[in-house]
This record gives sequence, C-alpha cells and structure tokens, in this order.
Amino acid sequence: MGVPLVQVRDIAMKYHSPEGEILALDGVTLDVDKGDFISVVGPSGCGKSTLLNIIAGLVRPTRGVVTIDGRPVEGVSSLVGYMPQTDQLFEWRTVWKNAILGLEVQNKLTAEKKEFVQSLLARYGLWEFRNAFPRQLSGGMRQRAALIRTLATDPQILLLDEAFSALDYQTRLVVSDEVKDIIVQERKTAILVTHDIAEAISMADKVAVLTRRPGRIKAVHDIVLTCAERTPIKCREAPEFRDYFNAIWKELDIHAG
Amino acid sequence: MQVKDAAMSPEHLAYLRSLRRKRRNIAAARVLLLVALLLLWEVGANLGWVNPFITSQPSGIVRTIANLYRDGELFRHIGVTVYETVVGFTLGTLLGTAIAVVLWWWEGLAKVLEPYLVVLNSLPKISLGPIIIVWIGSGSAAIIVMALLVSVVVTILGVYSGFGQVHPDRIKLLRSFGASKGQILLKAILPGSIPTVVSALKINVGLSWVGVIVGEFLVSKAGLGYLAVYGGQVFRLNLVMTSVIILAIAAALMYQAVVFLEKLFTRWQQ
Repeated sequence: MGVPLVQVRDIAMKYHSPEGEILALDGVTLDVDKGDFISVVGPSGCGKSTLLNIIAGLVRPTRGVVTIDGRPVEGVSSLVGYMPQTDQLFEWRTVWKNAILGLEVQNKLTAEKKEFVQSLLARYGLWEFRNAFPRQLSGGMRQRAALIRTLATDPQILLLDEAFSALDYQTRLVVSDEVKDIIVQERKTAILVTHDIAEAISMADKVAVLTRRPGRIKAVHDIVLTCAERTPIKCREAPEFRDYFNAIWKELDIHAG
Repeated sequence: MQVKDAAMSPEHLAYLRSLRRKRRNIAAARVLLLVALLLLWEVGANLGWVNPFITSQPSGIVRTIANLYRDGELFRHIGVTVYETVVGFTLGTLLGTAIAVVLWWWEGLAKVLEPYLVVLNSLPKISLGPIIIVWIGSGSAAIIVMALLVSVVVTILGVYSGFGQVHPDRIKLLRSFGASKGQILLKAILPGSIPTVVSALKINVGLSWVGVIVGEFLVSKAGLGYLAVYGGQVFRLNLVMTSVIILAIAAALMYQAVVFLEKLFTRWQQ
C-alpha cells in the first residue's frame, strides 16, 4: 500500500478563552490508507471534531502536521470533502443548485463537471428530484444530496463530522447504509467522527478510539466482521460485533453521571 | 371544494360545513360592525348627539372626497404621500441592509459602533425633524429622509442579527470548498437572510408612514399629512378625517403589497 494517504503526526490543539485555555488534543498520531474507511470515536468534548477540522485545513493545529498525499496541509484543499453535522442544504436552492455549490464556488462549473454531477444524481436516485427544494425531500434523500454536493468536486478523502447525528434512529441506520455504499462505489477514503460506537464499528474498516480531553489515540482496531453482505445494518448482527463494542466501550471509560 | 365528494365521510362534510359557516359569520360580523359604526356616527351627528363640527360625519367625508376628486387634488395628495413613503422605506431598507453587510464584513467596526447603534435605536428619530429641515430644506427630500431615518437603524440591527443566525456549519462547508469571504456573503449570508430583510421591510412600511406623516406635519404643501394638519388649523374636521381614512386604506394596501413580495421571495419555504 505504500505511504498512507493521510498522516496525522503529533497534533496538539489549544483553545483560548478569557476563562483560560483548554488543551483539546495532545499528540494525536494516525495513519489512513487510501480506500480505508476509518471511524474515530471518543467521549463528547474529546476534540474529535477539532481533529477533523484540522485534517480539513479549516483550523491550524497548535503543534504537529497533517500530510495528505505527501503534502502538508496548510489550508483547505480540493483533495478533501467535508460533511458537517447537519446536511446544510441551502433551502433556497434546488437539489441541482445545491449539488453544484462546490463547483460554483471553485469556478469549475464546466460542461464535463455538470455531466459528472448529473450522473451522480442519476446513480443515487435524485435526478427526478433535481428541481425540488430541500424541504420537499425525506431525511435520507437530503443526506444523499449533501453527499453528492461533496462528491461533486471529486475529493479523494471524505470527512464526516458526526454526519448522521441530527437524524432519527431509523433514518440514521438507512442513511449510513446508503452513505457507506456510495463511498465504497465511488472508491473514496473516509474518516467518520462519531460518539456512537455501534455506528463506528458497523461502517468502518478501522476504529480509532480517542481518550477524554486532552484527546489522544488510545487504540486502533481493525474491524473484521463475518457477515454475508458487508452493509452497516447487516454487520451489526455479526458475531464479532459485540466483542468490538465491549472492547471499545471499556476503552472509552465512560462513567454515568 | 366540492361538497358532494364521494370520498368524504358525512362527519367530515359536516365539519367542513361548520367551518365554512363560521368563516362566513365572522366576515359578516366584520362588515356589520363597520356599517353599524358608520350609521351610528352619521345618525348621531344628524340628531345632534355629537357635534359634527368637531367630530365630522361620514356623509361629510364622502362629500369632501368627491370635492377633492373633482378638483383633481385627491390623487395628487395621495400620490405625494405614497411616493415619499415608498421611497423612504425602500431606501431605509436598502441602506440598512448595506450597512449591516459592512458591519458583518468588519466585525471590529460592529463592536465599536454597537453602543452608538443602541442609542440611536432608542432615540425617537422624529426628534431629528427640525435638524433635517434646517439641513435639507422643506421639501419632499426632507420628508423622505425622515422616513428613511425612522427605519434605517432598526433595519441595521435586525438584518445584522439575522446574518449572525446563519448556521456556522454552513459557513464551514463553504470554507471547505475554498470560498472567499465575498462568496460566503453572496452564497450563504445574503440569500439566507432574505426572510429577515423582508420582515424588516414589513416593519419599515409602518415606520415610514410615521416618518412621512410627521414630516408632512412639519413642512410641505402637499400630501395626506399636510391635508390633515391644514384641516385641523382651519377647523375643517371633514378634511382631517378624510385624510386619516385614506391614510389607513393606503397603509393597509401597502402592507399587503409587502406581504405579497414576501411570498414571492420565499417561495422555497412553501
């Protein structure tokens, strides 16, 4: 496989406020190979979203470097596609206009790119809805539209920041199946940040566990599940699922109350 | 709405009927109330319960309107006032939105100006009337500036806080595409704030009427405010009442026009 696509090296992040400073991350090191789907789980407030923002080039770390494809990250890059917590479709734009938002911003709206977005919409069942406004779509369709918006600029790495947390449980299961399927089909590398252990295991090839603040990588698990269809919902029934869940649960060291 | 729709149960039909009946009754009561008040006013004035010299009376108002119309004055006065109001609130809204954009762009400036805006917002802008007349003179321009002043500060504050309500994830998303500040403004902040701007427009219509009428009270030789003040000075209460009633109708119509605009601009919400 050679050099990992994403290399996170000894990242630390401090936040300052009049009340004092907070060390959100301290010495995070992580490799992500091309084509991998890796989940990062951690207790709330452990800085997992911060880590994602740093990889996306939206925030500069206090210490350490991230390299993507051998080059250090110094700002946002078209290699990376970012998916926020909620779909953030623009209500006043149609599905089509939402899908081409990134291309529009980057001034890359060529006929060829338009065709590419058309094919994405068609492949994932949104072409008939291209003229619909977001409020006319179901939760699952909205999430697919948001994913296509990110895929439209053809990034290599997708960063999913608790991307399903705003959805209700049933929709969330269906959407994670769909999203996983699309990411595999489009051969993307993905990093999913979540606090949901089951979601993390069911979607990913690897799960990285972050400690409580200041966040550090505590362990990285290779997820190997025996299930007929490798879809997140089916994988939840795999015999190994419980074991992974229990191991990660212990590592997270969550105390009630 | 067909009553004899086979798909509807008798209970549902009865419900729909009672709904229609209720709506009809309310509409009828509204009309009746107006007619009763006008009748009472007219009869009371004729029978000497109230003095029509100081209360005016509906037949007198109708006569006044007819006279004004015959002299070609009616639409001139309405036109002047409506023009001043429309220009005033349009400029107030545009200028207020533009200033809000400037404040959004330079956050430091917004911080510096915050206390000044708060003071200006609580100041009754009408009190600036005399200053404006001295500076701009006594014409339509001074009145338009009054109307503008009344609405501009509240627009700045409303629209600026609307800008702040755009979800940070939305800005982050655009930044992840490499968007510049100007692109963030044009693609997310401004279009996302259209509902806020339109609701500012709704408030501004009412405020601008106040600005224009007070302006016309102070200076001017035409307009509904001028008519009302003139009528008061020469004790022609018919004229005063006439201008007030026309004003009420014009203001209501203009408000409806803005509501229509709102529907037009926010079609994606429906």
